[in-house]
Amino acid sequence: MNQRELHEISSRHRVNEHKSKKALMAFVSAGMLAVIGQLFNDWLLNYFSKENAGILTILFFIFMAALLTGMGIYDRLARYAGAGLFIPITGFSNSLSSSALECKREGLIYGIGSNMFKLAGSVITYGIVSAIVFSFITYWVRML
Amino acid sequence: MTYLYGFLFCGGCALAGQLIYDHTRLTPGHITSLFVVIGSLLECLNIYDFLISVCGIGATMPILSFGHSLTHASLSAAQNDGWIGILTGVFDKTASGISFAIFMAFWVAIFFKARD
Repeated sequence: MNQRELHEISSRHRVNEHKSKKALMAFVSAGMLAVIGQLFNDWLLNYFSKENAGILTILFFIFMAALLTGMGIYDRLARYAGAGLFIPITGFSNSLSSSALECKREGLIYGIGSNMFKLAGSVITYGIVSAIVFSFITYWVRML
Repeated sequence: MTYLYGFLFCGGCALAGQLIYDHTRLTPGHITSLFVVIGSLLECLNIYDFLISVCGIGATMPILSFGHSLTHASLSAAQNDGWIGILTGVFDKTASGISFAIFMAFWVAIFFKARD
């Protein structure tokens, strides 16, 4: 086995290890977010109805994600957590805030106003399209 | 048990997202859009409400829940108002999240400086 082959094999190995570590980080960080959310929700249940407590928990995460994005901490965390921070609702808030921040210098209207949904727009578009299509199908099936 | 199931479900969604991200050429935009459509589909099959009863906040946190809320809201509006409810009620449950996220993003953009 020559040196080059050895190097190739070792580098392939390193990448695999890196990937599984990233997957584990994503799993743990998203799981921790869920546990924090559940704790916060259970505390809120002392003061609010079940439905409102659930909404306020989500709003808490949206608030935190936007704030951390503004302070530049979110990007550093996302480098470690990967999908652990863009699959939960925090990713939605982060994509809105970061694209608004990024385009700030283009002005209030054409910068912040029109570019805010540059990344998050696709989620809303496909959410609405699929919701309407699937709702019509389900509604029609239930009518039969 | 809600804590454990929530941890596993939310973590599992992120794990799936990370695996898709690492092993295909899809970007986070593709993955989140895909997950929203899956969430919407799960709601139509009456699976998602069960998941929320088992996993609690763990099931409402992933972006899957966005598709679920949109579809759930339009279906429950359709039950009261007929088919027009599908269009009028679609934002009923997600309105708070979307409007608050826009509100926060605006003020964050105003008050903070962009970093490179």
